[in-house]
Amino acid sequence: MTEILTPYTGERGAVIPVLQKVQQSFGYLREDAISKIAKFFRVSESEIFGVASFYAQFRFTRPAEHIVKVCLGTACHVRGGEQIMEAMRRELGIHSGNITEDYKFGVDRVACFGSCALAPVVVIDDKVYGRLTPTKIKGIVDKHR
Amino acid sequence: MIFDDIRSQAIREWEALQNSQKPRILIGTGTCGLAAGAEAVLEAIKQELAQQSIDATITQVGCIGLCYTEPMVDIIMPNQPRVSYGDVTPEMAKQLIQDYIVNGNPRPDLALGTIGDGRIENIPAFFELPVLKPQVRIVLRNCGFIDPENINQYIANGGYSGFTRALTMKPEQIIAEIKKSGLRGRGGAGFSTGQKWDFCRASPGKEKYIICNADEGDPGAFMNRSVLEGDPHAVLEGMLIGAYAIGATQGYIYCRAEYPLALKRLRVAIKQMEQYDLLGDNILNSGFSFHLKIKEGAGAFVCGEETALMASIEGKRGMPRSRPPFPAVSGLWGKPTNINNVESWISAAFIMQKGADQFAKYGTETSKGTKTFALVGKVERTGLIEVPFGITISDIVYNVGGGILKGKAFKAVQTGGPSGGCLGSDFFDTPVDYDTLAKAGSIVGSGGMIVLDEDTCVVDLARYFLTFVQEESCGKCVPCRVGTRQMLGILEKITKGQANPSDIEQLQKLAETVRDGSLCALGGTAPNPVLTTLRYFRDEYEAHVQDKRCPARSCKELVSYYILPDKCEGCGICIRSCPTEAILGGKRMIHIIDQSKCTKCGSCSDVCPPRFSAVAKVSGEKIEVPKEPVPIPSKKKEAIQEK
Repeated sequence: MTEILTPYTGERGAVIPVLQKVQQSFGYLREDAISKIAKFFRVSESEIFGVASFYAQFRFTRPAEHIVKVCLGTACHVRGGEQIMEAMRRELGIHSGNITEDYKFGVDRVACFGSCALAPVVVIDDKVYGRLTPTKIKGIVDKHR
Repeated sequence: MIFDDIRSQAIREWEALQNSQKPRILIGTGTCGLAAGAEAVLEAIKQELAQQSIDATITQVGCIGLCYTEPMVDIIMPNQPRVSYGDVTPEMAKQLIQDYIVNGNPRPDLALGTIGDGRIENIPAFFELPVLKPQVRIVLRNCGFIDPENINQYIANGGYSGFTRALTMKPEQIIAEIKKSGLRGRGGAGFSTGQKWDFCRASPGKEKYIICNADEGDPGAFMNRSVLEGDPHAVLEGMLIGAYAIGATQGYIYCRAEYPLALKRLRVAIKQMEQYDLLGDNILNSGFSFHLKIKEGAGAFVCGEETALMASIEGKRGMPRSRPPFPAVSGLWGKPTNINNVESWISAAFIMQKGADQFAKYGTETSKGTKTFALVGKVERTGLIEVPFGITISDIVYNVGGGILKGKAFKAVQTGGPSGGCLGSDFFDTPVDYDTLAKAGSIVGSGGMIVLDEDTCVVDLARYFLTFVQEESCGKCVPCRVGTRQMLGILEKITKGQANPSDIEQLQKLAETVRDGSLCALGGTAPNPVLTTLRYFRDEYEAHVQDKRCPARSCKELVSYYILPDKCEGCGICIRSCPTEAILGGKRMIHIIDQSKCTKCGSCSDVCPPRFSAVAKVSGEKIEVPKEPVPIPSKKKEAIQEK
């Protein structure tokens, strides 16, 4: 933690970059991390939590090993993104926002990756899969199993 | 360091590359190219070149805009024009190397077109293709042509000449030039960029900021991502010019974290600028100092709104505040601040490089220049396009876009994302510009353009946008926070066939309240998708409410699937694909869907062999089917029945 925090000493508006770095290193924002960040910036914990919970990027629970993001931007919606989400639900047995019991996969809905011309799109970890159909879902998930 | 020397060196390098006697291969590796499989193609190219011991230069370029045909590979043989190939697979890439580079056959059957001087028999000129002919490339001028991680290639193509020219001018002259070009903000609001700069310049205060808004949150739009990936220096040059004209010493680029490649390209570009003395103190010995920082967004649509964006840079929740004071007076940390969108900054760089007239010669009286659009949805040729203002909607959909997917009927185009509206075929000949679209109830927006066909339900689309804005509302203003939630509730009732006629009136009233009672543009424009669809597609709302029918056969609760008894061949494919075991039947028996078990996922319809096409999707009607699976009548019987 100290390693992450020190370079930001005295910098204005560094709360969000710090939260991003902490999440990158630990996978999510643990309670004790939030306390330390609050101390560092000399503000209350609730203030830090207030900022963190405002933004969609921050997580407060342990994430799955592989994060599946199903895009439901407008282009994906129009080209059948909901069916992709439904197929993903059947494949992994979990609804969006949840993770599998073995912490292997987590599914989230996301509003646009900017790969709209290849809609519908799914991103698993950092790999982008475009031009999907419900029948292709098993294949792309298997690549990460 | 003298910039002229850098420039001459860059030009020498570029010319040497153009006159190179080695074969050159260009491959589009923007996010869209990679999603389509460019990585595997690149690997295959490298392998094949190594195996055949061919000495060739490979350049990874940004997206040229033809996303529908990604991955794209271009080959330039010495003294020949560049040849573009689309839909390239690893096998095809190897074949092209064998056929063209080794054996000299450019494979006209696979080529899309040629770029540059000279022609090759049986291959059309790339920019004469129907998809490109109506386009004018100002913002995208370098995308797909230069290596975005090589600053010299940008400089050799006129890059930073706009900035060096600006340094010879007075700030007032620069602002006058931008005003003369007629450039209006490309982020959506369409305010005069020159005037905006002028306000900020005139604001008292020593410390001023400029910000590049690259928080492209509109779902269905990716213009900024593409251009940041393909030509990052053009944005940065625009910012340098703006900072010099306004008198700002610190700049921020607020880019969303969902764009990792764009962020990487920006970081590389900023480092290169520092090496060339284009950033920092006393830039190019001019006395002008400017520093630039990247701020990664953390996932909040409302941060595209300028006051929310500034709050986010300050490390707070991204909540908009009331204006005035405008950012030009009191913005980031209370200092005068000027915010422009990515595309506005690039346009400013072009205007300073080539002159205001070169920009203003395109477009209409009140909307000058060009606009990029992410042309997506139910259109054949999806991609990133750049067209002059004034082009008609039908020109975009049919000439550039190649018409509706699978020959279906056009229903509407949606522009401006959650803040915009849907315009139907009545607006086919409407010129696309700020004022005309606004008059029609939509907006140009940042450039999302989603084409809808007969199978897209506009009520469901309105519901979709409301889901989005309701989630993204920051919660500050009650009409937006609560109103959008109530609107969403009504829209859900409508799409489920549970609404009554008074709900439509209620929806209209709520929409107007949210529009009038919200502080920022997110809330103020959130009802637009509902208001425009109520205005132009009221009959579809009424069909849902009165007849419990979805004309587009899209709303799940209002459609049913049936297996047509006269077409089913009893093959069992649909039975095996049904996730809920809702299909009854056996071999050579007519299959029947148990409506109580059917979740309407459409799998049966997807897998039913096209030669049977036995699965029908209907809304508001019932198809007579046997009560239980019955044997399929023999072919003879069928023939008799037909007679």
